[in-house]
Amino acid sequence: MSQILKICEQTDLVANSGICAIAEGQQIALFYLPKETPPVYAIGNWDPIGKANVLSRGMVGDINQRLVVASPLYKQHFDLQTGNCIEDSAISVPVYHVELAGDEVLVTL
Amino acid sequence: MVGHHYVEQLAASPIDTQITVIGGETRPAYDRVHLSEYFAGRSPEDLALTSREHYIEIGVEAHFGDPVVRIDRHNKNVITQAGRQFSYDKLVLATGSYPFVPSVPGRDHDSCLVYRTIDDLGSIKAQADEAHIGVVIGGGLLGLEAANALQNLGLETHVVEFAPGLMGVQLDTGGSGMLRRKIEALGVKVHTSKVTEVIEATKDSDTRLLLKFADGDCLATDVVVFSAGIRPFDQLALDADLKLGDRGGIEIDYHCKTSDSDIFAIGECASFGGRIFGLVAPGYRMAEAAVSQLGDDKQSFQGADMSTKLKLLGVDVGSIGDAHGTEEGAIAYTFSDERIEVYKRLIVSANGKTLLGAVLVGDCSDYDTLLQYYLNGIDLPTDPETLILPYNAGATPALGASVLPATAIICSCHNVSKGDIVEAMDAGYLALGDVKVETKASTGCGGCAALLKNIVDDQLSERGLEVDTAICEHFSYTRQELFHLIKVGNIESFDELLDKYGSGRGCDICKPTVGSILASLWNDYVLKEKHVGLQDTNDTFLANMQKNGTYSVVPRIAGGEITPDKLIVLGEVAKKYNLYTKITGAQRVDLFGARVQQLPSIWKELVDAGFETGHAYGKALRTVKSCVGSTWCRYGVQDSVAMALYVENRYKGLRSPHKLKSAVSGCTRECAEAQSKDFGIIATENGWNLFVCGNGGMKPRHADLFATDLDDETLIKYIDRFLMFYVRTADRLQRTSVWMENLEGGLDYLKQVVIEDSLGIATELEEQMNNIVGTYQCEWKRTIENPERLKRFVQFVNTDAEDDQIVFVQERGQPRPATEAERLELSKATA
Repeated sequence: MSQILKICEQTDLVANSGICAIAEGQQIALFYLPKETPPVYAIGNWDPIGKANVLSRGMVGDINQRLVVASPLYKQHFDLQTGNCIEDSAISVPVYHVELAGDEVLVTL
Repeated sequence: MVGHHYVEQLAASPIDTQITVIGGETRPAYDRVHLSEYFAGRSPEDLALTSREHYIEIGVEAHFGDPVVRIDRHNKNVITQAGRQFSYDKLVLATGSYPFVPSVPGRDHDSCLVYRTIDDLGSIKAQADEAHIGVVIGGGLLGLEAANALQNLGLETHVVEFAPGLMGVQLDTGGSGMLRRKIEALGVKVHTSKVTEVIEATKDSDTRLLLKFADGDCLATDVVVFSAGIRPFDQLALDADLKLGDRGGIEIDYHCKTSDSDIFAIGECASFGGRIFGLVAPGYRMAEAAVSQLGDDKQSFQGADMSTKLKLLGVDVGSIGDAHGTEEGAIAYTFSDERIEVYKRLIVSANGKTLLGAVLVGDCSDYDTLLQYYLNGIDLPTDPETLILPYNAGATPALGASVLPATAIICSCHNVSKGDIVEAMDAGYLALGDVKVETKASTGCGGCAALLKNIVDDQLSERGLEVDTAICEHFSYTRQELFHLIKVGNIESFDELLDKYGSGRGCDICKPTVGSILASLWNDYVLKEKHVGLQDTNDTFLANMQKNGTYSVVPRIAGGEITPDKLIVLGEVAKKYNLYTKITGAQRVDLFGARVQQLPSIWKELVDAGFETGHAYGKALRTVKSCVGSTWCRYGVQDSVAMALYVENRYKGLRSPHKLKSAVSGCTRECAEAQSKDFGIIATENGWNLFVCGNGGMKPRHADLFATDLDDETLIKYIDRFLMFYVRTADRLQRTSVWMENLEGGLDYLKQVVIEDSLGIATELEEQMNNIVGTYQCEWKRTIENPERLKRFVQFVNTDAEDDQIVFVQERGQPRPATEAERLELSKATA
């Protein structure tokens, strides 16, 4: 049964970069890209290749028009919309539905 | 050198044999070609081509300092001065040559010396002490080398030549005249058509010696160096009744065999076709031919081209083939410009089709092209003069790489042909740098760099390949081009650049590159709002991320100098936050295992104690290592610590295409390992020697000597220019060594830009550097003072909880990250 949770305030987000919040024990990396539609993306913070909670601290950008974050450890790219690893199609990270509601950031778990 | 080359070739060949080397000098083979660098700071060890240890490793028995005095051909053995006897199946004579000293009365004076071996150099140095004037007798190639040595020793230098011109063998009258003009401008006094009759010791005079010439003139001096040609060391062969050449030298055939088929002779002691080959390349070819006689694939020595290109006293001189135009009907073309002091001459066959010879003084940029015309008999253009005319007088038709035959030798140092290069490219080594590594082409003197690049480019286009220099999919520009766009357009943010010149949104390649350029140009605080997204995590959190997501902290310890109080602070901070501590190779202390949320309070304590950020996280100047220097060390000649502190504080935080390292050594013992750094400084008695473009790491590279005996001010000026030029023109993640190798013209070009200001940008480079130095700020100090910035240093924005996946275990009294297995084990135990 999915639920919608307020995970943080919009002011906690950093434009063109990532932050991490915890919801129901899960670490979620939130990326705020004000120029994109939608402007907020949420994926799991755990880097399955580097095996550490670091994806929120990666750099965002695009590769072949796909929005991605690069792992700060070994630089693999993860698609912000599908969670798929660009370099290794067998690997992916969880993706969460996220939206801005006024000043609040809401995540569907 | 030639004897050593023989040993190396034979040891590397499949021929199974026991090699014994017997050398008259006390040390193993060394590089005589670069002998004069001994006075520019190179030690005998730097000049060494091998070592006793290396010979042991490759199974060669070696004896030095005990020359062979007799060959017993009948019993096939040799006898040394000490009476030792060695038997042989095959004997190779590589005895070289000795300097010819004309029989001038007074030549035995202590201050009359020769220039040939390292020991000779030692004697020259000893005699030059407290001397003011030095004379070289002999104005040939070696004489001018010796003059260079005397000048490096700070003596007023004279060259005395009995012929009417300098370098009469290699140069025609015009070329010789231009060379004289140039070296006189450098302060060397030249006396030609002078026959020295007697050298007298003087008393009650400021100088030690007086040279009297046949024409009645005199010249007072302290030191005399004879360099009037070489004579082959052929006495051993003569005593053993081996046949000698008409003009001396041990006569050899195509197989380098002497008149005794079990005895070979190679190098300068050998005479082939009545000629002595006094250059190293022909000697190497003889060695290779001689080695091949012991195997199945017998090669022959066919004589060698004596064309040569060199720098004498800093003057470029080139001589190809028949420089004097002796062939009947030969046509000469001459270009001479006394303003810029350049002389060029072509000797062309009567039908105007073939190049027979050439002379170049002051500018050797056409040498490679002309040599290829000469060696390969390529048809000359209809107007051969275009080959030597200045560029603005009409385009010089560059020799297309495609017309060269596969056998054309491109790199004569390593004997690499065009065919070898094409083969390497066929094997997939397409990039210029890879071709260099694979074939060794252009890694010797570097003179063929431009030609090599031509060939590689030509081959690429022949293969239908284009070199894609775009940095990533968002910008179709190189880093250097981006640098220019940002600078010229006064662009201050990534978004602005992307709007104007890029596409898409950027990525983890172009963003940090642009971030680095912006920092190099405008030196803005890296965590400003508009730059935030451009920084790699290390730059964002001003620390180095480690494998478990924690960070390491490296405060600056400039020059490796630290007070006990500060050392105690480091210990206390590490203890309080339970950090693993390790001394780094850069003379600093690295503190590992800090969680992101701990970084601000750790740095608060460090900044309060007077520490600054060490920029270990950035592509920036890291550290300037130093030895303890003249303050404490018995051998130090300069205060290396003070210089290291000055240099580190000047360039700290300079954002660059790759990390930058430096070191300062207080004497030639080089304890700070400055020659393995991007720029290294080594103290001399007169100032500092600057070395550039070295590095450690995966592919270590010794730095190149860049300039000698600099005073403090000039040293800093050169480093300013060097670094700024690198920052401007290097590719992303290109270290200084690779950068320099990719500059057309390499080290020489770099010297022209930095020392001679050939591009006219020196002042601009210095100003840019001064601007960066003037606007320096410690990023950590600035960060902990700014609550808004500190907001980012949290694990989770919505809770104070810690990341439970960061787990440490104890090892050797310190924490370390748990392995995955340990982590699972521990979480099971707590569950």
